[in-house]
Amino acid sequence: MRRLLLHPAAKPLVFAACLLPFAWLAYGAFADALGANPAEALVRATGDWTLRFICIVLAVTPLRTLTRMPQLARFRRMLGLFAYFYVVLHLLAYAWFDMGFEVEEIARDIGKRPFILVGFTAFVLLTPLAATSFNRAIKALGARRWQLLHRLVYLIAGLGLLHFFWMRAGKNDFGEVAVYAAIVAVLLGWRIWNAARSARLQRPRNGRLPLSG
Amino acid sequence: MLLLRPRDPGFVHPRASEITPRAVYEGRRDLLRLLAGGAAGAALASWAGREALAQGKLAPLKGAKSAVAGAQTMEKLTDVKDATTYNNFYEFGTDKSDPAKNAHTLKTRPWTVEVEGLVKKPGRYDIDELLKLAAQEERIYRLRCVEGWSMVIPWVGYSLSELIRRAEPLGSAKYVEFVTLADPKTMPYVGSRILDWPYTEGLRMDEAMHPLTLLAFGMYGEVLPNQNGAPVRLVVPWKYGFKSAKSIVKIRFVEKEPGTAWNKAAANEYGFYSNVNPDVDHPRWSQATERRIGEPGGLFAKRRKTLLFNGYEAQVGQLYAGMDLKKYY
Repeated sequence: MRRLLLHPAAKPLVFAACLLPFAWLAYGAFADALGANPAEALVRATGDWTLRFICIVLAVTPLRTLTRMPQLARFRRMLGLFAYFYVVLHLLAYAWFDMGFEVEEIARDIGKRPFILVGFTAFVLLTPLAATSFNRAIKALGARRWQLLHRLVYLIAGLGLLHFFWMRAGKNDFGEVAVYAAIVAVLLGWRIWNAARSARLQRPRNGRLPLSG
Repeated sequence: MLLLRPRDPGFVHPRASEITPRAVYEGRRDLLRLLAGGAAGAALASWAGREALAQGKLAPLKGAKSAVAGAQTMEKLTDVKDATTYNNFYEFGTDKSDPAKNAHTLKTRPWTVEVEGLVKKPGRYDIDELLKLAAQEERIYRLRCVEGWSMVIPWVGYSLSELIRRAEPLGSAKYVEFVTLADPKTMPYVGSRILDWPYTEGLRMDEAMHPLTLLAFGMYGEVLPNQNGAPVRLVVPWKYGFKSAKSIVKIRFVEKEPGTAWNKAAANEYGFYSNVNPDVDHPRWSQATERRIGEPGGLFAKRRKTLLFNGYEAQVGQLYAGMDLKKYY
C-alpha cells in the first residue's frame, strides 16, 4: 500500500479521479442529461463536490496518523486545490446561470442574504490557502505562519456547512447536512483529541504548539 | 456566445404559430437523444427517461378548450417529461427527481374526497363521481414555484367553484382548507420531520371561488401521473406552486384562516397567501426572476422577469385590492 502511494502513477491517477465529477457534469451539460433544470443541477453539484473535497482533505491527516502512512500527505495539496477548483466552479455557476454575470446584482445578493454571504466568505477565505499552496510560499511565510494560515480551513469547513444548512433550512431538510456535519465534526474532533493527547504525552518544547496539521 | 446579456425586457407572449405541437417536440427530443453522443449518450438518456415510464400508460382524459379568462396562455408548453420528472411532492422524497421514482406506490382507486365543515350539503364523493361532476376543460396555466422556476402546463379539470356551489357553503364559511393524503404505507416520507403531516393548504373563500382556481384531474390530455398529485389536485395559477395541494382527500369549509403546511414549517418564509410577487423576496433568494424549465438555450437561457400574480393580475388583482401584499405575503 505504502509503495503504491509512492508510485509515480499515483498522483496522476488521483488527479484524474478528482476530475471525474467535473467531467461527468461537463458531459451532462453538453448532452442535456442534467434533468429539467440543468442550471440548478450544476450549481448544486459543484457545491456538493466542494464540500466533499473539504471533507476529503480534512481526512488526510487523521488517516495518515491512524494508518501510519505518511505517504498520504503527498496528496493533501492536490486535494485541497481541487476543493478550490470546485468552489470556483460553484461560484461561476451561480454568477453565470443565476445572476447572468451582473456584478451589481451579485454584490447586492451577497449583501442581502446571509446564506450567500457565508458561502462567499468561505470562498474568499479559501483563496489565500490556494494561493499559498506551492513550496516557495511555505518558505516565504515560514512553516509556522503558513500552517497557522492553513488552519483557516477549519473555519472554512464550518462556514461551508452553515451555508449548506441555511440553503436547506427553509425546507426543514437536514438529512444530508447532518451527514456532512457529522463527518466534519469527527475529523475536527479527532484533531482536538489528538492535540490534547500529544500535549499530555510530551510537554510542548519552547512553548510551541504541537503541530498536527 | 454572448456572455453578458441585458435583462429580459419583460414577458414576451409568443405567437400561436410558435407553439410547437406535442408530437413535433417529442419527436425532436427523441432525435436529440439519438444524437446525444454515441452509445453512452443513448444509455444515459434512456436512464434519465426511465422514471416517466415507470407507471406505464396513463388513461386519456380530454378537456374542452376553456372559456375562462386567462386559462389559455399562448406560451410554449413545458415538455411533459420535465413536468413529470421534476416535482416537489415531499411525501415521496425531497429531491425533485424522487416523486417520479417513488410515487408508483400511491393507490388512486378507490379514492374519496370528503366535503365537510360549514356547508349545507356535506358529502363523500367517489373520485369517479367527482370526475363527472362538471365538464372537463383544458386550461393552460403558468406554474411558478417558490424556488424560482416555472413551467407551462395544460391541466384538465374544472373550476373548484363547481364543487363549492354544490356544497352550498354557509355564510360563516370564510376559508376553505384542503387536506391531502398522508399514508405512511405508500408515502415513504410521511412521518419524516420535514413537515407536519398531512400536508394541508388553504384559500380564502373568494380565492377558492375564482374561476381560475382549478380542481385538476389530468394534464397533457391524460389523467394525472401519481407524482403530479393524482387523482385530484388543486391548481391556483397566481400563487406559488406549493399552494396547489396534491392528492386531496378532504375539502373543509371553515371560519378562521386555516394553518397551512409550509406556513407552519417556516412562517417567515411562506405566508398564507403566497401570491406570486416579484417585489416580495423570499428571505433566501430574490423572487424578481424565474427560470423557465426547458427554455430554448437550455443552460444559457436568461431568466425571465416574474410577473405580479404570475401574470394573472387582470383576473385576480381585485381580490387583493387595498391589501398590503408585503405584509400579507
